[in-house]
Amino acid sequence: MNTFVNQFSTSSALSVIKKAQAVTDDDEEFSDAAWGSEAGFGSLAKGVPSFSVPAVQDPTSFLRLHTDDHADPNCRIKIQHGTTTLAFRFQGGVIVAVDSRATAGSYIASGTVKKVIEINPYLLGTMAGGAADCQYWETYLGIQCRLHELRNRERISVAAASKYLSNLVYGYKGMGLSMGTMICGWDKTGPAVFYVDSDGSRLKGDLFSVGSGSTFAYGVLDQGYRWDLTDEEAQELGRRSIYAAGHRDAFSGNTCNLYHVKEDGWRFIGNYDITKMHYDGPGDVPGSTKVAYGYDVRVEGRTSSNPPVAAAA
Amino acid sequence: MNPMNTAAQPQQRQFNPYTENGGTILAIAGVDFSVIAGDTRQSEGYNIQTRYAPKVFRLTDRAVLAVNGFAADGNMFVKKVKQRLEWYRHAHAKDMPLHAIARLIQTMLYGRRFFPYYVYNILGGIEDDGSGAVYSFDPVGSYERETCRAAGAAQSLVQPFLDNQIYFKNQQPAPGTAHPAHLPLPHVLSLVIDSFTGATERHIEVGDGLEIYVVLAKGRDLSGLEGFAGLQEVSSRSDGERIFVIRRELKKD
Repeated sequence: MNTFVNQFSTSSALSVIKKAQAVTDDDEEFSDAAWGSEAGFGSLAKGVPSFSVPAVQDPTSFLRLHTDDHADPNCRIKIQHGTTTLAFRFQGGVIVAVDSRATAGSYIASGTVKKVIEINPYLLGTMAGGAADCQYWETYLGIQCRLHELRNRERISVAAASKYLSNLVYGYKGMGLSMGTMICGWDKTGPAVFYVDSDGSRLKGDLFSVGSGSTFAYGVLDQGYRWDLTDEEAQELGRRSIYAAGHRDAFSGNTCNLYHVKEDGWRFIGNYDITKMHYDGPGDVPGSTKVAYGYDVRVEGRTSSNPPVAAAA
Repeated sequence: MNPMNTAAQPQQRQFNPYTENGGTILAIAGVDFSVIAGDTRQSEGYNIQTRYAPKVFRLTDRAVLAVNGFAADGNMFVKKVKQRLEWYRHAHAKDMPLHAIARLIQTMLYGRRFFPYYVYNILGGIEDDGSGAVYSFDPVGSYERETCRAAGAAQSLVQPFLDNQIYFKNQQPAPGTAHPAHLPLPHVLSLVIDSFTGATERHIEVGDGLEIYVVLAKGRDLSGLEGFAGLQEVSSRSDGERIFVIRRELKKD
């Protein structure tokens, strides 16, 4: 038969074989590494992993159709969203504070999310946008940072680590990744904070806040920020800013996780309940005035909704 | 209208490989045990496709995986996880530890970041240190270790109940007492059963049957399980972690 016709026919024996090959090729997502101890992340050590992509004209719009709950609230796959995160540089190092709420549409999917990703003992990453994107790529960044250490006998700088991440996600630009992260740490240049997002931005700065509640956090942060803040004051400012966002932004809340990066690496300071901070304050912790953050205590007995005791009687 | 003319109308087609098959899963971790449960109804829209489609699977002698969402994706995913765990067993002559299975599931889900498995996974079992653990995942692989988690159709009915009964959310302890950090097995089992009978009452996609997997840490006695109706052991050996299934009926209307 005409070989030309055969080649382009969709029902010929040749095309059937080609289809079968395509199907078996599809299963080649495993490298030999998957057999051994490298199962899991080990297979990534050799380079960027490969991803399956649907066989459609426009895979990006396919992904958006099924996962973007902004475009369609009824879409099936709800990727977790909504956040307030902040990080700032000051005389005593870097303060990193985040909330712990994850929302899928209007449902609070979790109130105990760890939005600070511990990349290694000297590097922290924050999580805003797609939870999986941040978790996966920052873990991957941790692998690459360790390899850098082994190859160069020197810890990677925060600038280099953040640029590695930035270049990495830029390679996926337009494909639907969603992450807004701050890479924070201490290197030979001192404390450093870099903002990296999935659009490809990478900014060096002293003070950043990312997420739906960032405007509220910035309000408190900008007002209280100084370079010569003491450690206690700085920790209190981080806590107070996340509280403000948790209080005013519906997509943020539950608890605040606080980290402090110093010359000898990061330290977890504590977990603070936002409702508790509203009514009772953060408790007996360094920097705290032990007064409730909510303004109820400041208007007690002076407003019509909360009249003086004598007038109520 | 001329039927021959329909082609003139604008038409839009889209690739829609997903559906939602209902059902609910949940898992609770104890000090030295873990309970993973799911109902067995599978539905599409208002149609019940089958009254017995398991959603909870034994992976190893100390790991159990519950999958919920799109059943076809779920079954395929469990099949591939089991395959990777078998390869691991051949390479290392031991079962993969629970925390490693959790990370494996993350990378497998994220490998489909651009063509996701429409599945919500909950992994339960015993950690290397002998503690009970629950890991919950979103469809593209973000995960976290928790004490309890419900997912699926009746997630919004069951999770608040669990928050109240397990984390004691919005409960004040009686003066001079404190809420327990971990609950005993019989108490957890009755919470699981109540969660599902409750969800069956109020959600049309939940019902028919209930499968409760109980994973016990190595050396733990069977207290709390003895005499339970419908109890069956499914572990491959009796000197390590042990797995039991409890099968119960749920309302079928």
